Amino acid sequence: MTTSPSAIPADQPAQPAASDRPPVVAMTGITVTFPGVKALDGVDLRLFPGEVHALMGENGAGKSTLIKALTGVYSIDAGTIVVDGTERTFTGPAQAQLAGISTVYQEVNLCDNLSVAENVMLGHEVRRAGLVDFRATRRAAREHLKALNLDIDPASTLSSHSLAVQQLVAICRAMVVDARVVILDEPTSSLDVDEVERLFAVVRDLRSRGVAILFVSHFLEQVYAISDRMTVLRNGTLVGEYRTADLPRVELVQKMIGRSLEVLEQLEEAPKRVVAERGDVQPYVQAIGLGRKGSIEPFDLDVYPGEVVGLAGLLGSGRTELARLLYGADRSDVGELRVDGQPTKLRTPRSALARRIVYSSESRKTEGIIGDLTVRENIVLGLQAERGWLRRIPQRKADEVVAQYVEQLGIRPANPDAIAGNLSGGNQQKVLLARWLATQPKLLLLDEPTRGIDVGAKAEIQRLVAELAEQGMAVVFISAELEEVLRLSHRIAVLRDRRKIGELTNGDDVTTDDVVDLIASGGQDA
Amino acid sequence: MNLGAIARHRLFWPLVALVVLLVASALKSPAFLEVTVRDGHLFGGPVDILRRSSVLLLVALGMTLVIATRGIDLSVGAVMAIAGAVALSQIAASPDPGALSTVLLAMLTALAVALGIGVFNGFLVAVVGIQPIVATLIFMTAGRGIAMLITGGQITTVTSAPYKTIASGYWLGLPVAALIAALIFGATALLTRRTALGVLIESVGINPSASRLAGVRARTIIWTVYVICAAFACIAGFIKSSDIMAADSNNAGLFIELDAILAVVIGGTSLAGGKFSLTGTLVGSLVITTLTLSITILGIPVNAVSLFKALVVIAVCLLQSPVVQHRMRSRRRRAAPVPVEVPA
Repeated sequence: MTTSPSAIPADQPAQPAASDRPPVVAMTGITVTFPGVKALDGVDLRLFPGEVHALMGENGAGKSTLIKALTGVYSIDAGTIVVDGTERTFTGPAQAQLAGISTVYQEVNLCDNLSVAENVMLGHEVRRAGLVDFRATRRAAREHLKALNLDIDPASTLSSHSLAVQQLVAICRAMVVDARVVILDEPTSSLDVDEVERLFAVVRDLRSRGVAILFVSHFLEQVYAISDRMTVLRNGTLVGEYRTADLPRVELVQKMIGRSLEVLEQLEEAPKRVVAERGDVQPYVQAIGLGRKGSIEPFDLDVYPGEVVGLAGLLGSGRTELARLLYGADRSDVGELRVDGQPTKLRTPRSALARRIVYSSESRKTEGIIGDLTVRENIVLGLQAERGWLRRIPQRKADEVVAQYVEQLGIRPANPDAIAGNLSGGNQQKVLLARWLATQPKLLLLDEPTRGIDVGAKAEIQRLVAELAEQGMAVVFISAELEEVLRLSHRIAVLRDRRKIGELTNGDDVTTDDVVDLIASGGQDA
Repeated sequence: MNLGAIARHRLFWPLVALVVLLVASALKSPAFLEVTVRDGHLFGGPVDILRRSSVLLLVALGMTLVIATRGIDLSVGAVMAIAGAVALSQIAASPDPGALSTVLLAMLTALAVALGIGVFNGFLVAVVGIQPIVATLIFMTAGRGIAMLITGGQITTVTSAPYKTIASGYWLGLPVAALIAALIFGATALLTRRTALGVLIESVGINPSASRLAGVRARTIIWTVYVICAAFACIAGFIKSSDIMAADSNNAGLFIELDAILAVVIGGTSLAGGKFSLTGTLVGSLVITTLTLSITILGIPVNAVSLFKALVVIAVCLLQSPVVQHRMRSRRRRAAPVPVEVPA
């Protein structure tokens, strides 16, 4: 984040002169109401052919709702959607797709158990005399994959590939329909640097072919690298439309958050690293040659109370696997684990929970939130699981706990009876954090807690982690963003190829380059 | 609560169906809704419905819990047959079939066997990871054969006053069978809603892996609901066999799993698992039992019985479906959009 002290210009939307062609999509005065909530209030959005348009806003600002209003998932209360000069109302994504609007969602929405080719071509199989020509279909799929430089076997099942590859397959799928508008909703949140570059190459190629791209991402760097123009939303209302080149980052963030610069800088101020006075304190958790075949090679790791240990490494380097062993989500098959000095075997998450170890998974949707339950039920779930089913948490106690964490973490909407699945990503993450903090853990394993959430919420979570450590909690912090790991951690364990290759003690002289060097060298000279 | 909100309630249409069936039967046969006191017992159509719906309600209650965990139990009908077979064979073989101790012991034996089947089903689903529909299909098909083996291929009949009381007896003027069902209903409601079991079952049904990572004993909970379901089916089997005082391995509880699933669905519990409603299941069971009864009263030709039943069920399910409700509402007033659920 740059903090250029330039004067704040008036909220002047960019003039429509950037493209002399008429917009391919023009949404005007869009209003969408859910029971009790106005999710969108009179929002405009214009997409021009041959442009990458970024849709910016905090969690819950209405980005996803706007996309769903465009693709017909939600019906709109007021406003018009004009596609190619004619007013349209789509009744569903399929109809929007027929009109040339394709969407790639934040979480991969594909069929796990079908082959890559089937996923790419689903609904667009090559037909001959009414029957599917599977060979031709696979061939077509291979060509589409090649256009994305994705060298994978189209006949392999989708679930055998990493999340990153699945995401690229999802994007590939959007290309199949020759879309004129492609919506990328958080496409990069699970990709590493190389994969992002690969994706951007494709996006640029599409742009040069006159496709309009709507790009939603929380990574400001990426937004500035790829977008030509942006629309900023805040709390379901339109802040304005701007040319990316005309809008410095600080001002963008300010517009998204709607707070003054000082507050913003305060939020962004890096949490101070407190170097724990170790003395003769013993580590809360000590892994000695702990490992699991096919998952992670034996590793040693100590985590002391009051200390944040960062896990750095590329996607698939074994970060998550390591954390899962410490939580008992997977069972170790070699080595020893000591909790508070006691040799311990963790067979299930329950046994870890009993030893005050908690793990917040990297996939909120599939391994975190219970979508149909309320915020209250989600928050007390951990506590309840620990107490067993027989001893229900009294309503009053539950309300107290929930109220405390809703307030402390700033969960929005602040309604304990809201269905958790309807909350935005950042707020779901906070609900998960609340679930774990309510169990008063001594070791907190956080796997990508800031992925896919906005700047404001991210800074809040970072600050919270630092505070918790200061209060004596042991924290293992996993993130794909090295800057974040460096900012928060006292020590950094570096992983590569499912192996712990080294450890760095953090200090002012340690930079991301040191970590990258360590990863690159494979720990040979470390 | 205004009229619109009442009409949108999950149980509105099932209750309407129930009332319509009762009114139609009463119009056809005015004595139907009359409740009289004879020998200190209550008699009449409504009492009959309560008595007859007890079997279905018991089975459907267990089914509700199983369905809430994303499962299904097809073996309930067979468990009913086995329960009747075990209990009646033991009573028939004993020197004193009329003694209360004989009857209680026989019922305990049958309950133990049923629990064993529940443990087996639960083991296959929760531990081995076999799909519930396949796992319970084993006992659905094999169970009746086992019941036949127990009764030696005969329809075992007994004369035992205490056992006859289960289905035909009265207590405080009410049929014992209905009282048993009410007791179990109350116990289940307390068990799930006064403890945390209900919300944990829902949480496992909505997202098993997230529940496990949250520290919930997902496996144990899934296992438990199959055991509960078998136990309830066993009690239903007692009522059924007591009704005819015979263990008919071929016909006891035949196709009741389908009626039970239907009752659960009419009651608003989704087959996809998650949120469940015991009250809904109660209403669903009453609707299906009343339907079966009113068919005879309304003089529907025997050939058309299945068709009639199907039509009523289709009507209720259609009126309940979110899509149809959404359409009807937006026809009335073209405002207030509701996000249409799309599979994620």
